Amino acid sequence: MRFMVIVKANEDTEAGTQPTAAELEAMGAFNEELVKAGVLLAGEGLHPSSKGARVYFSGDKRTVVDGPFAETKELIAGFWLLELKSLEEAVEWVKRVPNPTGDESQIEIRQVFTEDDFVNASDELKDRERELRAQQEARAAQG
Amino acid sequence: MATDARRAVEAVWRIESARLIAGLARMVRDVGLAEELAQDALVSALAQWPEHGVPRNPGAWLMTAAKNRAVDLIRRDRNYRRKLEQIGRDTEFDHAPDAAAEVGEIDDDLLRLVFTACHPVLSTEAQVALTLRVLGGLTTDEIARAFLVPEATVAQRIVRAKKSLAKAGVPFEVPEEDQRAARLASVLGVIYLIFNEGYSATAGDDWMRPALCEDAVRLGRVLAGLMPREPEVHGLVALMEVQASRARARVGPGGEPVLLLEQNRARWDQLLIRRGLDALARAESLGGAGGPYALQAAIAACHARARAPEDTDWTRIAGLYERLSLVAPSPVVELNHAVAIGMAFGPAVGLELVDELVDEPVLTGYHLLPSVRGDLLAKLGRHAEAREEFERAAGLTRNERERKLLLDRAAAC
Repeated sequence: MRFMVIVKANEDTEAGTQPTAAELEAMGAFNEELVKAGVLLAGEGLHPSSKGARVYFSGDKRTVVDGPFAETKELIAGFWLLELKSLEEAVEWVKRVPNPTGDESQIEIRQVFTEDDFVNASDELKDRERELRAQQEARAAQG
Repeated sequence: MATDARRAVEAVWRIESARLIAGLARMVRDVGLAEELAQDALVSALAQWPEHGVPRNPGAWLMTAAKNRAVDLIRRDRNYRRKLEQIGRDTEFDHAPDAAAEVGEIDDDLLRLVFTACHPVLSTEAQVALTLRVLGGLTTDEIARAFLVPEATVAQRIVRAKKSLAKAGVPFEVPEEDQRAARLASVLGVIYLIFNEGYSATAGDDWMRPALCEDAVRLGRVLAGLMPREPEVHGLVALMEVQASRARARVGPGGEPVLLLEQNRARWDQLLIRRGLDALARAESLGGAGGPYALQAAIAACHARARAPEDTDWTRIAGLYERLSLVAPSPVVELNHAVAIGMAFGPAVGLELVDELVDEPVLTGYHLLPSVRGDLLAKLGRHAEAREEFERAAGLTRNERERKLLLDRAAAC
């Protein structure tokens, strides 16, 4: 199973405060542990929402709103994508995420849908989805 | 609540068991005993954690519990004490591993464990069972289910494996330089065998057992972390990642196998393909482009890069198979080479090569030979002969799904 481990934003991440050397080192060591255990598929940290944008949908209308966004606690600051056997295993890994500053923070664990989970999606629809994803990946690879 | 706690213990076990067993094996110089001590610690955890909760540092807790058991054992067992003294170990465990062990130290122990579990004194079956057990953190029951054998059979294999290691006096160490290449080849072989059993189940009704593939890829990644300078380790990881990327496309809606050129490529997992290509690039940058796994990974990568089957660079693939047949000659490689030649230069040329292989004793009873031959004959319009070949292949495969596919192809001739 794949899990997305979502690191929630806080004032620091939203302010774009750079992590200290100690924080970087602790996080680097933890990432290395994930790699060494063979469970890390991908992981990224995100810029603050002030560098992002949102697109709101309503019928045919598309409204673009630039960041920053107000609800800090709902935003995300980074993620890991892990391949594990169970939610419990994800919990065990996440408990080990370093917190050298002792700050209040929150990490959310969510299971990633795979197409096998979409029992009602027609094959054609699934193929379209994969096709689109492949195109995105191909573009990303060229870019 | 109790089941939740149990599942938490199992999750910790999966994360910690390899390091635990490796550290204990360095201490007691016996992988079988180390594995038993670790099991005892697991039993204690199952008894205590549900009541008191999972400790803050579960790995250290398990290590301490196991070490205490080891100390008891040594106090009780004079023979064992003598054995340890003979090999010049102190029995005080001054150098016992603990939670604060250096990362490098843990890695060394894990490497020793890898080479011990895949030691040539063991049968292939024993190597596979022991590797999944001590390195993969799988239970006997999980291994049994993965290989469709009774749990007692797997338990038996593991017991025998431990005995063989003890009897042969296999030291808990990484092989010397002059033995290293051969021993590494056997480690890689064990992991790839596990992967293949998951990827094309040799028997039974399922065409694939994905969990086993995932375990093998995970073990490969672990190995790459332990031996980052070994190009063939990265080659093997690359090969497995790229092949695993096709898992979902290899199975049709009714669970039937879908062959490579008929797969919907939009279903290939692009994340795994990218990881595979990265691992292949690492193997090549370490000067390992010509290794058997790197060459197979390069072939898999040719397919992965082709957006459509007709974009496949068959000439390059044929060239890679030619190189592969020089470093790892086998009739199966020759057969694949013939397929690639047939795709690159026409079915008549491919058939000529396949016909040279018909009398290969190794390929007698190998269903892919008649299956490939049938395919080439069908392309040449020789339908009656093609049908015969497909029927022969159907009679040879042990996989039910594959048999049905081959009979369908025979009927379509």
